[in-house]
Amino acid sequence: MPRPTTETLTGAQIVVRLLERQGVRTLSGIPGGAILPIYDALSQSSLIHHVLARHEQGAGFIAQGMARASGEVAVCMASSGPGATNLLTAIADAKLDSIPMLAITGQVPTPMIGTDAFQEVDTYGLSIPITKHNFLVGSAQELLDIIPRAFRLAASGRPGPVLVDIPKDVQNQAVEISEWPAPGVADPVLAAPAELIEHAAAMINAAARPILYLGGGVVHSGASELAVALAEKASLPTVMTLMALGAMPVDHSLSLGMLGMHGARCTNFALDECDLLIALGARFDDRATGKVAAFCPQAKIIHIDIDCSELDKIKTAHVGICGDVAAVLRQLAPQVGAQLRAPWLSRVAVLKAEHPLRLPGVDDARTPYGLIRAVADGLDEFGDQAIVATDVGQHQMWVAQAYPLRRPRQWLTSGGLGTMGFGLPAAIGASLAQPERTVVCFSGDGSILMNVQEFATAAEEDVNVKVVLMNNASLGLVFQQQTMFYGERIFASKFKGVPDFVKVAEGFGWRTLDLDLTDDPRAALRRALALRGPMLIHASIDMREQVLPMVAPGASNKDMIGG
Amino acid sequence: MNAINKPEKQALARTVLELDVNNHAGVMSHVVGLFSRRAYNVEGILCMPVGDGVSSRIWLMVGEDIRLDQMVKQVEKLEDVLAVRRHGAEHQVFERLEEFFR
Ligand SMILES: Cc1ncc(C[n+]2csc(CCOP(=O)(O)OP(=O)(O)O)c2C)c(N)n1
Repeated sequence: MPRPTTETLTGAQIVVRLLERQGVRTLSGIPGGAILPIYDALSQSSLIHHVLARHEQGAGFIAQGMARASGEVAVCMASSGPGATNLLTAIADAKLDSIPMLAITGQVPTPMIGTDAFQEVDTYGLSIPITKHNFLVGSAQELLDIIPRAFRLAASGRPGPVLVDIPKDVQNQAVEISEWPAPGVADPVLAAPAELIEHAAAMINAAARPILYLGGGVVHSGASELAVALAEKASLPTVMTLMALGAMPVDHSLSLGMLGMHGARCTNFALDECDLLIALGARFDDRATGKVAAFCPQAKIIHIDIDCSELDKIKTAHVGICGDVAAVLRQLAPQVGAQLRAPWLSRVAVLKAEHPLRLPGVDDARTPYGLIRAVADGLDEFGDQAIVATDVGQHQMWVAQAYPLRRPRQWLTSGGLGTMGFGLPAAIGASLAQPERTVVCFSGDGSILMNVQEFATAAEEDVNVKVVLMNNASLGLVFQQQTMFYGERIFASKFKGVPDFVKVAEGFGWRTLDLDLTDDPRAALRRALALRGPMLIHASIDMREQVLPMVAPGASNKDMIGG
Repeated sequence: MNAINKPEKQALARTVLELDVNNHAGVMSHVVGLFSRRAYNVEGILCMPVGDGVSSRIWLMVGEDIRLDQMVKQVEKLEDVLAVRRHGAEHQVFERLEEFFR
């Protein structure tokens, strides 16, 4: 029998088919009236596994977890009105951290748009400033263009979230399809102008005290190995932003770890002395730079970024190259001479010896740093097979400082938006994307409650997620800031009622371990981490523990407090 | 708004931006939103379809403050913006319109 040349499909069926053709095999969401046609079509798909989140923000962060762990565009879905508004935080978070994500929302039928219909909100208007691009679909036919385009846009250049809002009548509209569009893929990257590359290479070759500054763009462009190779060839001490952690193994001899607000003293001091800053896929965020005028005051700047609008946005570059970091590094590296740079490396070694990152209590698993190291030790020999997710707060910064991150895409954290509630659903998403890995989510007793409902999703999917709950009975980072900068006027940051998290987790069907009740926390951790499936590991932390050093917001990175 | 109005008032020079854009319902919002969320005042706006109506041209008159270069880069990044051209304040497009504002 010859293959039929045309089929009649509804908009909803077209969406599902296009997702299948894109290679989507897992997506997350919550159904509702305005997206039911798509859910009905989804129910007939044998290829796509739908993960039912328990809150749309959870669905958004599950998609983010998949995207961050894999680098591929991930999809989430929500209905109109409250479904769409619940997604917004996860979309905004993806925008600030440049995460490729496609959000599909149902919308009230076209004739009812603008009438304050039941569950109508202006999803298109609301999502303009927090998406890379967005669409309100006008007909089922348009989907054939819009869906592949949405994937292409999310993945191309600087990745980001794209939203497609689909009115219910468009989902139900039947059209004849004779030909399918090619799946949307990232646009090819262009070569950078040769003279800029030459200029940059000459500056690196001539510099006496250069520093390589890696941002999240290095991870997004898959340029970690190239960046490490450049650092090794030219003897470049290397700092990383929060988003770039893992791009260079933290125990690499050239690594100075994380810079900025909670960076080690030696790291910020080295930046203060450098004469050339080579920024790769980094955007000079204020948490990284501190007071901009005092950041790398002696340095010339080479800035390489795929997003041209990042060049000269915060700091004017002496050479600004708009291009994909990996592509630019491939052009640049052959022109950069091998150097030993003994004087500068020995100066950096002195700074490291005199002002190291201090991790008090690192040998005691009942302190923040000790617990983090004990988890890493308990996971595998090097602790780098696992994926590490965090929520937002002190625990996030402690993990950023102390966990031996050694691999790009090992580290999932909400950097730009700093969203409490990110950790658990992102960890679930990462586990769905890479089920062979253990995913550890470090969280706080404040953050975990922000998406606590996703305990149910994790149990249902039986994901291999371990939540390490660092319970200080407070909004710790707020408590710390009030202690340090607001005359110890502690207000609205200490919890008077703290839930029994172990019981909460058990109620969701999770296994649990309360480290407070164990005599040998290291051994207990090892046993717990070796079990497959969701597990809550609860540990009490002293409320007065602080993340140090700390640069006060707005102060110069040289003026670190503590540590 | 106050903090932002200051540089706005100090800015004497004006710039006229000419944008080629795809012609559909959301484009104006995308463009204008970039300015409004930075509290960057747009003094004048004109928009008309060109040719067969697949694309439109938007004319913007804005103050020439230090953020203008960044604004232009952000506008260029919009998916529906096909091209951006910068003109001086003396460009005729708004001058000739002035008689409608008397
Ligand atoms: C959604 C959201 N609301 C508020 C904040 C501000 N904030 C930053 S850290 C923090 C406290 C976090 O507390 P917890 O999760 O317990 O972590 P800890 O600092 O105690 O480790 C708050 C309230 C935020 N980042 N995100």
